[in-house]
Amino acid sequence: MKFADEFRDAGLARTVAARIAAECGERHWKIMEVCGGHTHTIFKYGIEDLLPPGVELVHGPGCPVCVIPMGRLDDGIALARQDGVILTCFGDLMRVPGSDGSLLDARAGGADVRMVYSPLDALKIARDNPDRRVVFYAIGFETTAPSTALTLLRARAEGLGNFFVFCNHVTIIPPMKAILDSPDLRLDGFLGPGHVSTVVGIRPYEFVTRSYGKPVVVVGFEPLDILQGVHMVIRQVLEGRCEVENQYRRVVHDEGNPKALDVLARVFRIRPHFEWRGLGFISQSALELNDDFADMDAEKVFTVPGVRVADPKACQCGEVLKGVLKPWECKVFGTACTPETPIGTCMVSSEGACAAYYNFGRYSRARDRETALRALPVTAAGAPR
Amino acid sequence: MCLAIPARLVEYIDAERQYATVELGGVRRRVNTCLLTGNDATAPGEYVLVHVGFALSRVSEAEARETLRLLEGMGAAYDDEMDQVRRAPELQP
Amino acid sequence: MSEPAGGHRAGSGAAIRAAAESVTDPEQRVLQRIAEIRKRRPALRETAISMSHGAGGRAGHTLTQALFAAVLGNPYLDQLGDQAVVPVAGLDGALAVTTDSFVVSPLVFPGGDIGELAVNGTVNDLAVGGAQPLYLTAAFVLEEGLDVALLRGIVESMRRAADRAGVEVVAGDTKVVPRGKADQLFITTTGVGLVRQPGRLGVHRIQAGDAVLLSGAIGDHGATVMLARGDVDLEAPGLRSDTMALWPLVAALLDADVEVHFMRDATRGGVATVLNEAAQQAGVAVAIDEEALPVHDEVRGVAEILGIDPLYIANEGKLVAVVAAADAERAVAIMRSTPEGAEATRIGEVRADPPAMVFIRTAFGGTRVVDMLVGDPLPRIC
Repeated sequence: MKFADEFRDAGLARTVAARIAAECGERHWKIMEVCGGHTHTIFKYGIEDLLPPGVELVHGPGCPVCVIPMGRLDDGIALARQDGVILTCFGDLMRVPGSDGSLLDARAGGADVRMVYSPLDALKIARDNPDRRVVFYAIGFETTAPSTALTLLRARAEGLGNFFVFCNHVTIIPPMKAILDSPDLRLDGFLGPGHVSTVVGIRPYEFVTRSYGKPVVVVGFEPLDILQGVHMVIRQVLEGRCEVENQYRRVVHDEGNPKALDVLARVFRIRPHFEWRGLGFISQSALELNDDFADMDAEKVFTVPGVRVADPKACQCGEVLKGVLKPWECKVFGTACTPETPIGTCMVSSEGACAAYYNFGRYSRARDRETALRALPVTAAGAPR
Repeated sequence: MCLAIPARLVEYIDAERQYATVELGGVRRRVNTCLLTGNDATAPGEYVLVHVGFALSRVSEAEARETLRLLEGMGAAYDDEMDQVRRAPELQP
Repeated sequence: MSEPAGGHRAGSGAAIRAAAESVTDPEQRVLQRIAEIRKRRPALRETAISMSHGAGGRAGHTLTQALFAAVLGNPYLDQLGDQAVVPVAGLDGALAVTTDSFVVSPLVFPGGDIGELAVNGTVNDLAVGGAQPLYLTAAFVLEEGLDVALLRGIVESMRRAADRAGVEVVAGDTKVVPRGKADQLFITTTGVGLVRQPGRLGVHRIQAGDAVLLSGAIGDHGATVMLARGDVDLEAPGLRSDTMALWPLVAALLDADVEVHFMRDATRGGVATVLNEAAQQAGVAVAIDEEALPVHDEVRGVAEILGIDPLYIANEGKLVAVVAAADAERAVAIMRSTPEGAEATRIGEVRADPPAMVFIRTAFGGTRVVDMLVGDPLPRIC
């Protein structure tokens, strides 16, 4: 078993989709997925094409690139421009626009910006360039933070003095709460972030079921995982249950990964608040390096502008991130804001809802809604259940 | 930041089991395995979830089979099976 | 769940239908607007060249159209083909001319080197226009400090590739620049060939209903070079560049009178770029099947690990051919009978609508757009 292809089987997908169609009834379902990886899979496999028209997937703020405010991008660019600095980052970040261009533009302008696939690559660059100062622009939710933490621990163990981290790690629970508190949205349930959950387990989502009465199903990233998750949410509601369920059992332990949580505690602490693009300031929603690692904290060692920059007026990323607007409902979608001339982050990151829709969904949405409409039964299917 | 993929752990590189070679489709990569402890301890030949150069957790073949079985059973007896699964003690956390 | 009363049911169904219909319209309008915008001539907004301009994707196309073609434009250049086909008084047929430059790093990689790329790449640019490649020129920009033995090895490689392809390097040039001003070695070539049947091939000949064929497995070259660069900690011992001259394969198709309408070799930007260029230039749609795409296991592995789509990875020995539907099977058989086309296969078809769009029918049963590459194929980490 390879654990990938088996969960992409088209025949099984149709079976699950048929079950969903048979059971979802007349109600208009709105289920939010909060993980950018889910957004990407949904569009890449055309999952919405398989779901009945009454089941709507709402794309939430789960793309950690998308939620970085422009000011923090500018800070990264400022770091890259400092003497002797090599700025390292993941590929997704390179084209995100700051107030005055992206990291890629900064590189064209002479800054030493290098793409890496792992924080360990950045560490290697630091080892190989002892006369330079290497800054790793860390992004990601709890899935990625332990990797940054382990890298910092390794840097400490090796006594490296030229490795720094610009920490923009964010956590998933506070924005979920912000969404739930938002008056704009009525949701039936959540597809929980599968890989974040390998670290934090499934208990942290219990506040959603207890305080907000919405079911949460923690779901994997293959198309069958997502379909099964949707089905499980619908079943919960229909059966009057409201729990946190784990669909991704092959990888997620209910209690998470204790070692990962331990390294997080050794390296990071929670920021009092952090600005999220489109969602404003959210308390206790992000991580920073703790005092033991102050000497590796790029924000402390270097001077960064630290200026809060408002989004361009035209940008409606915030509403798209909250799932209030669909990508095509944004005023500048596809016109002023395109993948090659992005105004906001939703269009740059491959997981952003706008990029996903523009790149993948454009054609089939229009065409298949027509087909789905014609296929919609006038009476509800005589479901066996 | 969710791109994590299952890959086969071929062998550990060091005695402390901090690094291993993993393989996917004939392509090999070196990953850090510090997080594979406790429930995630993995033996060579088993699969792990790889993310940005780190193995995050072990992929359980038993659970994967169970998930597929549930998916495949989404025909007639699905609902009865789901009830049984929820009550099965060996699959509780 | 208790079933609602019959009338209730029908009413709710109508409500969903009405809601969906009213949503379709504004969404359709937006999609329409986007389609209009995409038809417009692109404008070059950047003030500095970035790596995106060289990736073979949208930025590069904008640079070509909005700067080079805009300034240098003439009827030949404006066609923006792989080669220019020009008449020569007294010549039986037409002359094909092309140019190309090679800046690959590292210079040597599994399956080939920059020299072999230079010869094969130029030959292929001619071949896909239906031109028999005849003569090449090669200009070398050498960085101070370049190892002579390395250079000799590369030039010998070029000789072997030229002999195999049946072409001669008839003129050349050498320049040396100070250390740091060129990444070891850049090669620029010109290729000249003979087109016996001008007008037989071209985007203007693409029609709805045509079959889209691919001469073999995709992504080998780009994946090989990416790993050979050493930036990624990946090992794929079986991976090698697919660099090869495609003229024998093209000649086999032409000589057998296959009704080929258009061909292009899929280099930077991958097969997706070629399909998008064809769709845009011909004003048609191209639909391909994911399951039909030949991808070697190791390329799939690299693509999965790095989060890239093989459709966008560079090739150096593959072409896309658009042929009349009735001739598709014969064309594939002929390609497969050649060493260059052993894994040739049909991957899709041309349709009239929606114009300028490429989409893929996924193994999963869905459909999604395959757009022109934006930026560099920066691998998805998320």
